[in-house]
Amino acid sequence: MAKIVGAVTTSHVPAIGGAIHKGIQHEPYWKPFFDGFPPIREWLAKVKPDVAIVVNNDHGLNFFLDKMPTFAIGAAPEYHNADEGWGIPVLPSFKGDEDLSWHLAESLIGEEFDMVTCQEMVVDHAFTLPLALLYPDMKWPVRVVPININTVLFPTPSAKRCYKLGQAIGRAVEAFDQDVKVLVIGTGGLSHQLEGERAGFINKEFDVKFMDSLTSDPQWATQYTDRELVAHTGTQGIELLNWLTARATMSGTVTKLHSNFHIPISNTAAATMLLGHNV
Amino acid sequence: MKSPHIKIPGTTIFDGSEARRGYALNKMCYSFNEKANRDEFLKDEDAYCAKYGLNPQQRAAIAAKNVLQLLAAGGNAYYLAKFGGIFGLDMQDIGAQQTGVSKDEFKAKLVAAGK
Repeated sequence: MAKIVGAVTTSHVPAIGGAIHKGIQHEPYWKPFFDGFPPIREWLAKVKPDVAIVVNNDHGLNFFLDKMPTFAIGAAPEYHNADEGWGIPVLPSFKGDEDLSWHLAESLIGEEFDMVTCQEMVVDHAFTLPLALLYPDMKWPVRVVPININTVLFPTPSAKRCYKLGQAIGRAVEAFDQDVKVLVIGTGGLSHQLEGERAGFINKEFDVKFMDSLTSDPQWATQYTDRELVAHTGTQGIELLNWLTARATMSGTVTKLHSNFHIPISNTAAATMLLGHNV
Repeated sequence: MKSPHIKIPGTTIFDGSEARRGYALNKMCYSFNEKANRDEFLKDEDAYCAKYGLNPQQRAAIAAKNVLQLLAAGGNAYYLAKFGGIFGLDMQDIGAQQTGVSKDEFKAKLVAAGK
């Protein structure tokens, strides 16, 4: 049977892609962020996940406002990235896990999470950068299943709903009849705000509390509405919904194996966590 | 209709009402995912804006490349970022412009948030 071996959560700021592309990860500006990854890579080399479920938010590449799903799941044999408006490099494509995608869709919709299924999906920096950070040679050793959460158009799904979705994903994985090790990745955050007179807003105290809560009190963030999350973490800080969903997939004992927090990368409080899962 | 939601200073929540007002502008900015469209815009800005049916407020905000005006015209940050990309503006440029400080001052503010 399948099992979730752990979760990695990390910021996905587009500028990280620029730094990787230019090979400047060791420069003083970038080092404090990139230094968060070697321990996670060592863990991955030891644990060797077969599949990654990537909980992320599209930034206007695959979805536009003509059709804006609250929750969507990729069910494609392959995923590739594309130009997001500033001519970013094309990365090696990602092999999908169609069996797991359709199993998740069956199970989640069966549990009244009405996912939009996507047999074609282009993936943006929210998906590609975390994988490039985990596997810098970009020879992806994992098959992937993207899960998309709307953070573009309000109302977004509530933190409470996202938590429940994560729990349902966890149950679905546990019931998947293939003997695979599943890594869950939650991308984005933490506090940042790109637009308005409040642009540049960062809330270190809230971020630290949120990171702590993932092991000490995982449902802590579910007390907030979408607008309250914006008030506390910024308009884009609400991407923490991806982190929360990823955390909620794990019903067993969750241990913080590594974490890193650095302000700022671009306009963002950049954070990374590795959570181990023992069923 | 009065919104039952909390007000957050300096922040526009992109909800249905913004999405209705901003649709043409956001649709145009979404098209900038493709280089051919960015090139077409740069070749003839007027014609490109007309093709997407921008209203006068949106047209003026695009001409001014002013982010606060673009937001006021219903623009969404994620799509506007693609418009900014045409001119090589990064997020600190955009942040500085919106908050009325220099880019260095804006960056210093971000660093200070980590202390």
